[in-house]
Amino acid sequence: MKELKITPIKDGTVIDHITPGHALKVLHILKIPESGSSVVSVAMNVTGKMGRKDIVKVEHRELNPKELDKIALIAPKATINIIRDYEVAKKHKVELPSEIVGIAKCSNPTCISNSREPVESRFHVIGKDPLRIKCYYCEREPEDIAAGII
Amino acid sequence: MNFKGRDIISIKDFSREEIEYIIDYAKRMVPYAKGEKHTDLLKENILSSLFFEPSTRTRLSFESAMNRLGGRVIGFAEPSSTSQKKGESLADTIRMADSYSDAIVIRHPQEGAARLSAEFAKAPVLNAGDGAGQHPTQCLLDLFTIFTEKKKIKGNNIILLGDLKYGRTVHSLAYALSLFKADLTFVSPETLKMPKEVINECKELGVEPTNTTNLEKAVKEADVLYVTRIQKERFPDAEEYNRVVGTYKVNSALLKEAKKDLIIMHPLPRVVEIDPEVDFTPHALYFKQAFNGVPVRMALLSLILGGKKL
Repeated sequence: MKELKITPIKDGTVIDHITPGHALKVLHILKIPESGSSVVSVAMNVTGKMGRKDIVKVEHRELNPKELDKIALIAPKATINIIRDYEVAKKHKVELPSEIVGIAKCSNPTCISNSREPVESRFHVIGKDPLRIKCYYCEREPEDIAAGII
Repeated sequence: MNFKGRDIISIKDFSREEIEYIIDYAKRMVPYAKGEKHTDLLKENILSSLFFEPSTRTRLSFESAMNRLGGRVIGFAEPSSTSQKKGESLADTIRMADSYSDAIVIRHPQEGAARLSAEFAKAPVLNAGDGAGQHPTQCLLDLFTIFTEKKKIKGNNIILLGDLKYGRTVHSLAYALSLFKADLTFVSPETLKMPKEVINECKELGVEPTNTTNLEKAVKEADVLYVTRIQKERFPDAEEYNRVVGTYKVNSALLKEAKKDLIIMHPLPRVVEIDPEVDFTPHALYFKQAFNGVPVRMALLSLILGGKKL
């Protein structure tokens, strides 16, 4: 009998097709589990039809798909499945927002957004494939976007 | 075209048509900038001049521009006499300046400072250089200089020479010259080449720049030679700086085979890259270029403060 590494959940949210190795960063961006008491399971480097991937399952909690778009920064191919009574009730592919606020730090140490000023980091998405973002303040493009996640 | 209340943060915020409009208006400002004609177009206005970093030309020409328009200037030339020393945030300093004046000009050592200032000020903000970031009024006065000397930018062979890697003003200039379809040649030491992103931006605007290290050859075909200083302060280590400083020297020997009407520009200050003997040749345009900062900044101040047209 085939043994499942993570059992299906009855109700909640499954974030699938996360770039391998990025599941914990995804949880960090979504502030899970700090923001609730749901049981969270994480599978990393799982073999799927389209190669390796990470999966996150959050029980008894339906995460707002639009809010989840902010994970597109590090997991652009992720899909969000809302599960109700073991069935997929809603499916959503993450979409990169045109502006990313307060998620990633600017990699330029002398950018004003890294100073003690009352502003959040802010990037404009200038290219989706490959992903390119530009700091709203200093106009630089960070090379390693994932490294800048706050 | 209405510029009233508009911030001047980055040259990329402006379309080609808007740049042409500013340049045309600046041409009308020249006799006022020279003191040959007088106006009090902005007599009710106060400009805050906040210089957190040293500057000679930019600060003086902004002050001269505001004074020539009949306006007044308040501010500081270095931050040691301000509450920044006490740990005040830039945002709070800007809020204060905003309540004391009608427009704010800022130079700051950190990139993005002007953009941040614009968020906290209702008054329009002019970026007078933010660290290694943008310096849009320098870019506009450079374009103005080429337009007035060469009548157009398209088709002119323009060399950008020197530190093309760290010198961010040449990045904005390469972009702006590409908007106007100049023929661009980038000349620099191998280690200070123009970054790929900037070259790609030029290409996206339909310009294919030539990259070379050979100034002698490039200068023969040039209409404009834009020289930049190799900036010691931008180098991570002194040894790298010492290896490249003095690589290129613009002197009479180099200019022997140049076109008669070649113009030489430099944002100044210069150190060793242009020999003083060149100052006395008809090619030398850098002092006139520095003067051009006044009419260009007069045009900008008058446009963003909504002064009726001259």
